[in-house]
Amino acid sequence: MSVTAVRGGSGVEGIGSLLRRPPGWLLGVAVLALWIAAWAGLRGNDTLALPGLGRTGLHDWFTGLKGDLIDSRESNVLMQVTGVLADLLASIGGWLQELVAQPAFPRPVPQVGWLGVIAVAAWLSHAIAGWRITLLVVASFLSFGLLGLWEDSLDTLIVTFFAVGIALAIGLPLAVWMATSKTVTTLLTPVLDVLQTVPAFIYLLPLTLFFGIGLPAAVAATFLYALAPVVRIAAHGIRSVAASTLEATDSLGQTGRQRLLQVQLPMAKKTIIVGINQTVMAALSMATIAAFVDGPGLGQPVLRALSAQQVGTAFVAGFCIVIMAVMLDRTTTAASVRAETVARAGGRDVRRHRIVLAVSGAAALVLVYLSRTYLWAAEFPDTDLGSSVAAAVQSGADWVTSTFDVVTSGVKNQVTALLLNPLQDLLANSPWWLAAVAIAAFALVLGGVRGCLTAGVCLAGIYLTDLWNDSMVTLTMVLVATLLVMVLAVVLGVWMARRPSVDTVLRPVLDAGQTMPPFVYLIPALLLFGPTRFTAIVAAVIYAAPVAIKLVADGIKGVSPTTVEAATAAGSTPWQVITRVQLPMARGGLVLAANQGLLFVLSMTVIGGLVGAGALGYDSVLGFSQGEFFGKGIAAGAAIVFLGIMLDRVTRRAAERTGAGVH
Amino acid sequence: MKRPIKRTPALAAAAVGALLVLSACGGGDIEQSGSDSGAGGDDSQASECGDVNMAVNPWVGYQASAYVVGELAASEFGCTVEYRDLKEEVSWAGFSSGDVDVVIEDWGHPDLEKQYFAKSGDGSAEDFGPNGNQGVIGWYVPPWLAKEHPDITDWENLNQYAEDFATSESGGQGQFLGSDPSYVQFDEAIVKNLDLNFKVVSSSSEAASIAAFKKAEENKEWLIGYFYEPQWFMSEVPLVKVDLPPYDPGCQEPASAADCDYPVTELKKIVSTEWADSGSPAVEVVKNFEWTNEDQNAVAAMISSDGMAPEDAAMQWIEDNPDKVEGWMPS
Repeated sequence: MSVTAVRGGSGVEGIGSLLRRPPGWLLGVAVLALWIAAWAGLRGNDTLALPGLGRTGLHDWFTGLKGDLIDSRESNVLMQVTGVLADLLASIGGWLQELVAQPAFPRPVPQVGWLGVIAVAAWLSHAIAGWRITLLVVASFLSFGLLGLWEDSLDTLIVTFFAVGIALAIGLPLAVWMATSKTVTTLLTPVLDVLQTVPAFIYLLPLTLFFGIGLPAAVAATFLYALAPVVRIAAHGIRSVAASTLEATDSLGQTGRQRLLQVQLPMAKKTIIVGINQTVMAALSMATIAAFVDGPGLGQPVLRALSAQQVGTAFVAGFCIVIMAVMLDRTTTAASVRAETVARAGGRDVRRHRIVLAVSGAAALVLVYLSRTYLWAAEFPDTDLGSSVAAAVQSGADWVTSTFDVVTSGVKNQVTALLLNPLQDLLANSPWWLAAVAIAAFALVLGGVRGCLTAGVCLAGIYLTDLWNDSMVTLTMVLVATLLVMVLAVVLGVWMARRPSVDTVLRPVLDAGQTMPPFVYLIPALLLFGPTRFTAIVAAVIYAAPVAIKLVADGIKGVSPTTVEAATAAGSTPWQVITRVQLPMARGGLVLAANQGLLFVLSMTVIGGLVGAGALGYDSVLGFSQGEFFGKGIAAGAAIVFLGIMLDRVTRRAAERTGAGVH
Repeated sequence: MKRPIKRTPALAAAAVGALLVLSACGGGDIEQSGSDSGAGGDDSQASECGDVNMAVNPWVGYQASAYVVGELAASEFGCTVEYRDLKEEVSWAGFSSGDVDVVIEDWGHPDLEKQYFAKSGDGSAEDFGPNGNQGVIGWYVPPWLAKEHPDITDWENLNQYAEDFATSESGGQGQFLGSDPSYVQFDEAIVKNLDLNFKVVSSSSEAASIAAFKKAEENKEWLIGYFYEPQWFMSEVPLVKVDLPPYDPGCQEPASAADCDYPVTELKKIVSTEWADSGSPAVEVVKNFEWTNEDQNAVAAMISSDGMAPEDAAMQWIEDNPDKVEGWMPS
């Protein structure tokens, strides 16, 4: 999902040292003032702007690499190996598809029909997560069928589980290794950063050279994207097993292996499952992107509907992805809670539980048999539900876009004129060296010497991609979008934290915003705002705000209730409680929300490139679409990675310095 | 203490095992019931035709052509047609890796031809002749604008309206809405070489361009941009073409010197060489396939405006036009 929150030390500096320094905001204002003064004199010089279809020697060199790769197909050992792997993936995937999703020739239906699939899913979810989750799982699967997208949904599940399976098989050992060795951590961290920040569009095309198209490419792309969360979070979990526990068990004379298998892994189980949860969510979010290389599943109807401007149809397919995400999220979360309660509670109900599982397992097998034998249990009955939902959404969207487009155009013009254009003017029309020095100075103010050093390295990297100007335009959009995200996060987060009922209502909406493929809402957004930078910002806010809102809400909920009560008792108004107590004390949550907001927004850069935002997003799309610009796309990908690492490290250091360490 | 957890995988394994056993046997009923629901054609034909991997590039007109040819091959010869949703660049890479057999509507990609045609590349793809569609690329304005300002359709008058075309993205100049980056385009050069006071702002995708033109027509907004025919959207909002200096060979070379209109492009079919030699009857169908822009627009409109599934729209057109279809059959 992001360069997550689990690294970094807890570097708590005392509030005292903070007070002795001149306040950060004053330094920030000083840097800004100096920058604007210099900009006024030098504006428009050395901006390194490149025309939309311009490219440089470096870009052509990257493009040449791709040509060489294609020419060497017959002799390149790596490509031979991935070719074999791709065949293997294709045949296993094909087998799975024929098992549950696609007709298994000569049968007109899969080996196991819908009834059997639901029965097995229900049984499994009952076994790992309890009966409440079983209800959710059954309802989810039924809705895939009722909405008329049974096959595509199952295809998406296959790709997701396939990729997650490989990611766990490789990622968990890596996590253990990382947790036990500092060197490995240092070596792997940048790799994981790149995997999580480089836009999928950048590596999809090269990936097809190695894995072809269709299911193998989809699984490979999904695997690459989903690997990092589980490695990071699991390593963090293993590392955080309390030192005192380890000492105690070490004193019993255990070997390193025993320590790992019997103490560290079991104790980190809950965190590891959280990592698996994040990996599953990341995998699912690749489902639509993978459709660009013919990856099977729900992404295909989404993209097809997009090119025919059918918002309703795209929504139905996107809604299935949301349902799937919620289902998988709740199941893995419940499984982690259960893992803990079962471990604590001991073997009280074990016997009964086992009998229930055995009986329900037998029942599930009977249903599987039925679904192999009878057509009614094999092929999900046709309903009109999908098309009527699509029609309703379509007319709703039509009404909204035709009623509000004047208002929204006004909002767009205001934000663009007052916020976006001035900031972009400053960032992108400054000479590159001035902007670089100014950004480094901000990094120094916010993140200290280490933050400044990281920023310097990343800025140098951006300069070397020959895409400086585009990077500054993208950075502008990222900053403006993050600002809007934080405004939403503070307002809604506070509201949610103070009113449980609001929390209950908003959470599913936030889940949907986070997991609904952006392609679904691009068309309405385009109709409301036109192909502009602002449209890209809106899409990024929809995607990034939920995570930030949740983090702020959780941060504020974490403020000790006694402190709040004390403030209230002392006669503070609710406004005072919020601004003087809750928000300052939840600073850690706020900084973390800003960190995640920035990275989530940045990850939408390429989507922005599809709706007229230009800059790095356009370069990426161009590189994917036109062979001769392939290298420019690669360079854009690199620039996005540098931006991501810079923003992540600086906010992280800032968090550490305020004593709010990002965990 | 942790028995239940350990127990679960064992049970799961047993269940999966049993499931596999069940999968291996039984299920005869469905196999019988399936034989008559198949898409026509008996088994001998199915084995004769085999698989056809049809690339489906992301625009509806392309879908129309691809599905008409694909459904015809499936229903007449029992071919197993795989529709693969891909952009152009990826489709061509598919020729070389064996994942794609047919690109049914190619708008001209000299760089890709160089890479994949036998003359200078790896020989994995070959030209299969025109598909009958005429590709018209150009600068278009919404109909209301052409009606109210008829002189706008002449490029020489564009500068006097530049201000009206300004948007939040164009920085004071007029905005020219550029296209999806995968399309053939010279707009930046044309604007510069004709001294037009416009800035090319890319819509970045077909979906975005269509949305913009749709909105411009509904709200009577000023908009000029890159568009093309055949395109189903033209039947919904008939955009009006702006006349640029007429094309003559060489006026777009080099690309940075382009100062003229786009040439009319004969859209053509590209197929995988290996597949072309496979002897499948579908090869002949693709070779013979040729239809008009109107034909394509009719099918495309069924898909996009009427919301029909591409398969159904294609089958309906095939049923309604038996004589045209007859001409594509292998002799």
